[in-house]
Amino acid sequence: MTISTDSYSQPKRGWYRRNEIAITPWLFLAPGLLFFFVYVVAPIWQSFGLSLYDWNGLGDVSTNGTYVGLENYNKLFGLNGERADRNFQISLWNNLRWLVLYLLAIPAGLMIALFLNQNVRGIRLYKSLFFFPFVISQVVVGLVFTWFYMPNNGLFTVITNLFGFQIPGGVLGNPNTATYGIIIAGLWPQTAYCMILYLTGLNAVDPEQVEAARLDGAKGRKMLWYVILPQLKPATFLAFVVTIIGALRSFDLVSIMTNGGPFGSTRVLSFYVFEKSLSERGLEYGYAAAVAVVLFVIMLVFISYFLWVMYQEEKAAR
Amino acid sequence: MNSVFKTSFAALVAAGIVASATTATAQSLTGDLVIFSDMHDPAPRAVMEDMAARFGEMHPDLNVEVTIIDREAYKTQIRNFLTADAPDVANWYAANRMLPYVEAGLFEDVSDIWDEQMSEELASTKGALSVDDAQYGVPYTYYQWGVYYRKDIFEDLGLSEPTTWEEELANCQALLDNGIKCYTIGTRFLWTTGGWFDYMNMRTNGYEFHARLTNGEESWLSDEVRATFANWRQLIDMGAFIDDHQNYDWQEALPFMVNGQAASYLMGNFAVAPMREAGMNDDMLDFYQFVEITPDLPRGEDAPTDTFHIPTGATNKEAAREFLKFVVSAENQTLINNGDNLGQLPVNSASTVGEDKFLQEGFDMLSNRAPGGIAQFFDRDAPAEMAVAGMEGFQEFMVFPDNLEDILQRLENTRLDSQ
Repeated sequence: MTISTDSYSQPKRGWYRRNEIAITPWLFLAPGLLFFFVYVVAPIWQSFGLSLYDWNGLGDVSTNGTYVGLENYNKLFGLNGERADRNFQISLWNNLRWLVLYLLAIPAGLMIALFLNQNVRGIRLYKSLFFFPFVISQVVVGLVFTWFYMPNNGLFTVITNLFGFQIPGGVLGNPNTATYGIIIAGLWPQTAYCMILYLTGLNAVDPEQVEAARLDGAKGRKMLWYVILPQLKPATFLAFVVTIIGALRSFDLVSIMTNGGPFGSTRVLSFYVFEKSLSERGLEYGYAAAVAVVLFVIMLVFISYFLWVMYQEEKAAR
Repeated sequence: MNSVFKTSFAALVAAGIVASATTATAQSLTGDLVIFSDMHDPAPRAVMEDMAARFGEMHPDLNVEVTIIDREAYKTQIRNFLTADAPDVANWYAANRMLPYVEAGLFEDVSDIWDEQMSEELASTKGALSVDDAQYGVPYTYYQWGVYYRKDIFEDLGLSEPTTWEEELANCQALLDNGIKCYTIGTRFLWTTGGWFDYMNMRTNGYEFHARLTNGEESWLSDEVRATFANWRQLIDMGAFIDDHQNYDWQEALPFMVNGQAASYLMGNFAVAPMREAGMNDDMLDFYQFVEITPDLPRGEDAPTDTFHIPTGATNKEAAREFLKFVVSAENQTLINNGDNLGQLPVNSASTVGEDKFLQEGFDMLSNRAPGGIAQFFDRDAPAEMAVAGMEGFQEFMVFPDNLEDILQRLENTRLDSQ
């Protein structure tokens, strides 16, 4: 007598049930992926496409735009007998200044975090006060600093007058100081951000290691460098990532504080894109798209590096 | 006496004809009329809403909808709504500012409503709305530019309104000797420098040259342009302008004048309202036409014109055309531009100008003392790219006049590139 295997098989399950483990993560990811593709990936490709056209943003690009190939890029970089775009060079240099100086937020944030990482009465209040600038809007930060820098009656001018020196035209009115003035305004909230990252990082520092180091006679700078900082590496990496990205997308402060001036000397790439496309007299969509592509490529360098570092860490963890 | 009766009778008959004409069209206008407007400040907003309401009353079967958008936001939104979701009527600006929209086929050709009568009544602004002899909208208001000055300060120092460049310089020197700056200005948003350039160049080289220059037909390296900047530099070297003006916008520059630290302001007539609010009365504030520089040159003036257009994507173009005709009618022009409403100049020569002394003087100046021609304003006459580069250059020149050579070379490059 043979026993039919059928009667012993498990009850029939639907296709979804059988593939549940494989499908569920994708289901959860689907909304995010959808929006990521529609609002991030697709526009990036569109920008690439638009950057090959001479189009003023009116009507439809297929009817009102002219295909010009790499002409927009030639204009940007001054290739092929075109004159290099001076405003683009200014923006590029300013972006570099932002990149380098904005990183000061990391050590500054670390110092404040170390200072605040203690148990005294009301420390929570002090922490929130230090975190405050990150909570308020960039627009407000920009306005506050604009008033701070005002010539004649701004607080900064009053202070510098006490020491007997003056910045001609005011900090934001002088092309030599304006960009630095904006970067300092930007450092205020960014430092707070880095501080909070380090504060959470410091919570995770292993007290036993600190204890052991102390028994071995480590203290002060050595303790910080050899014991604390290595344990803060994830926080440092995160602070580095957000600061670099923040520096590259600096737009609000430039727009609020100087509107790109005086005479266009504080432009950065993101502001230049806005100026050429969406602003009042921006009628060069194709050209703006080309600038956006350049900015994207610069960002891509950093983002690839970040992803590579994270990938390496994942691999090491396995 | 007889003639008075005759004219009033004629007027009555004419009114009757107009009335019957409007009732005739009133029956035919139905559906929705969607108007997008950038008249966002309280006074212009009330004018716009009132205008729509009055037009709605004339056409009971028509449903007039007004959407008012913030003035700055409007400038970027217009490109989206003209293509995606076109209203029947939209606000914009004349001359080169409307050109890209005309070229992209987004504004309707409305030459048909510019009949003989309208062309005659609106002669002063017709050119600013024409592209290749076709008209693409109608004006609804414009305003004069000129020098607004502190009459009381002038009187204290025994100065009088200048008419020549020498007098202007002498006045300025007298003011500076008394520790008062000649001119206030806020150049943070650049456009105020365009006014100074327009006047310096129109007075040095004349309206025709200025028009060719803003249109890209003259070189920025020419001797004429250099002469303009040399004249301008005389004022800069004297220290005639307030210090650190690149930090202020035009409103932030007002207190210098109100507080008596500066004596005058080259501005559009819209500056009068905030100055009155700050406590200036007509005994303290007065106006004069920008002085002559090159003798006997016919003077041109800046008078920016604000406009209404019909998008090509509009659905109720018939009602939109009627609305445009209604906007420019002499009666409506008198009403919306008087001192209680917009406080600007009516575009229709058959309208009456408001009682206000600045409106009266401005109207007289533009009608009788501007034989050279009427310019829109640097940023409306020059193409967008040139306007930005130009005004940025003017600002730099006002701060670092020594950079002139470099600036002019850059402007010339921009001119050549955008051709």
